[in-house]
Amino acid sequence: MNWESLSAFIEMGGYGTYVWGSFAVTIVCFALEVVGLSVRHQHVLHERNAHHHEAST
Amino acid sequence: MSDIRWYKFSSPQTFYPLAGALAPWFGVAAALFAGYGLYISFFLAPTDFQQGEAYRIIFIHVPAAWMSMFLYLIMAGWAAIGLAWHTRLSSMMAVAIAPTGALMTFIALWTGALWGKPMWGAWWVWDARLTSELILLFLYLGFMFLHAAIDDPRRADRAAAVIAIVGAINVPIIYFSVKWWNTLHQGASVSLTRIPTMASTMLWGMLIMSIAFWLYAIAVVLIRVRCVILERERNADWVKQLGADA
Repeated sequence: MNWESLSAFIEMGGYGTYVWGSFAVTIVCFALEVVGLSVRHQHVLHERNAHHHEAST
Repeated sequence: MSDIRWYKFSSPQTFYPLAGALAPWFGVAAALFAGYGLYISFFLAPTDFQQGEAYRIIFIHVPAAWMSMFLYLIMAGWAAIGLAWHTRLSSMMAVAIAPTGALMTFIALWTGALWGKPMWGAWWVWDARLTSELILLFLYLGFMFLHAAIDDPRRADRAAAVIAIVGAINVPIIYFSVKWWNTLHQGASVSLTRIPTMASTMLWGMLIMSIAFWLYAIAVVLIRVRCVILERERNADWVKQLGADA
């Protein structure tokens, strides 16, 4: 175990801004990519369904 | 006989459900490896005697930088196959890889800046490694913007493939830049001396995180290629017949 306390973990030996800035931005990027793709997929399916219903009626 | 089955999966119609079935498994595996990799990164890997805790950025910086180069070569490969054999799905794969490749390149540059500042005293320097990685980002963006700028998707595939193939020369330049030029960017060896197993713990963490990044990239590319297939084949009968939750 490397850390004596939660605050030591957050401080990262004085490099907290750099370490957490790196990990946080990476996680946010991946989360946004996954959410964006999910929205895009639903949008495409919905557009197609709307178009399909319009054409069939 | 067996290669007939592979031809079958080169059709967007048969690949669409296959990609949908595979993506969640790659996603779950990516999450498990990332969880284990983060545990190694912060709890098993010891403090570096030179860089203190700042070196922990390596556990995402190196996998992201590796992926940025791997994905470019795979993208260029699919684009070349699509250009040579006019296989629609190959070009769709290239289009689906580009944004994830660009994201990995951005993460490599971002984490590099946040690592460079405390270690070198600069967010950015115009040295060979950093500059060639920045060019990689522009190549990804150039591929994406050129493809988006051409209305006919098959023409867009061919034009963008040329950028992808020509740009592939940049990947060995990035990789060997630290050998070919005198750069500020360090080589792979980082001295870790607190206990003898430190170097192997660090390598193990980097390996596990790299596998997590690979699995993540495969999962999102499979999901994105499904979107691309639907967008391009929206007028095909098989797309019209898909269920609302397909």
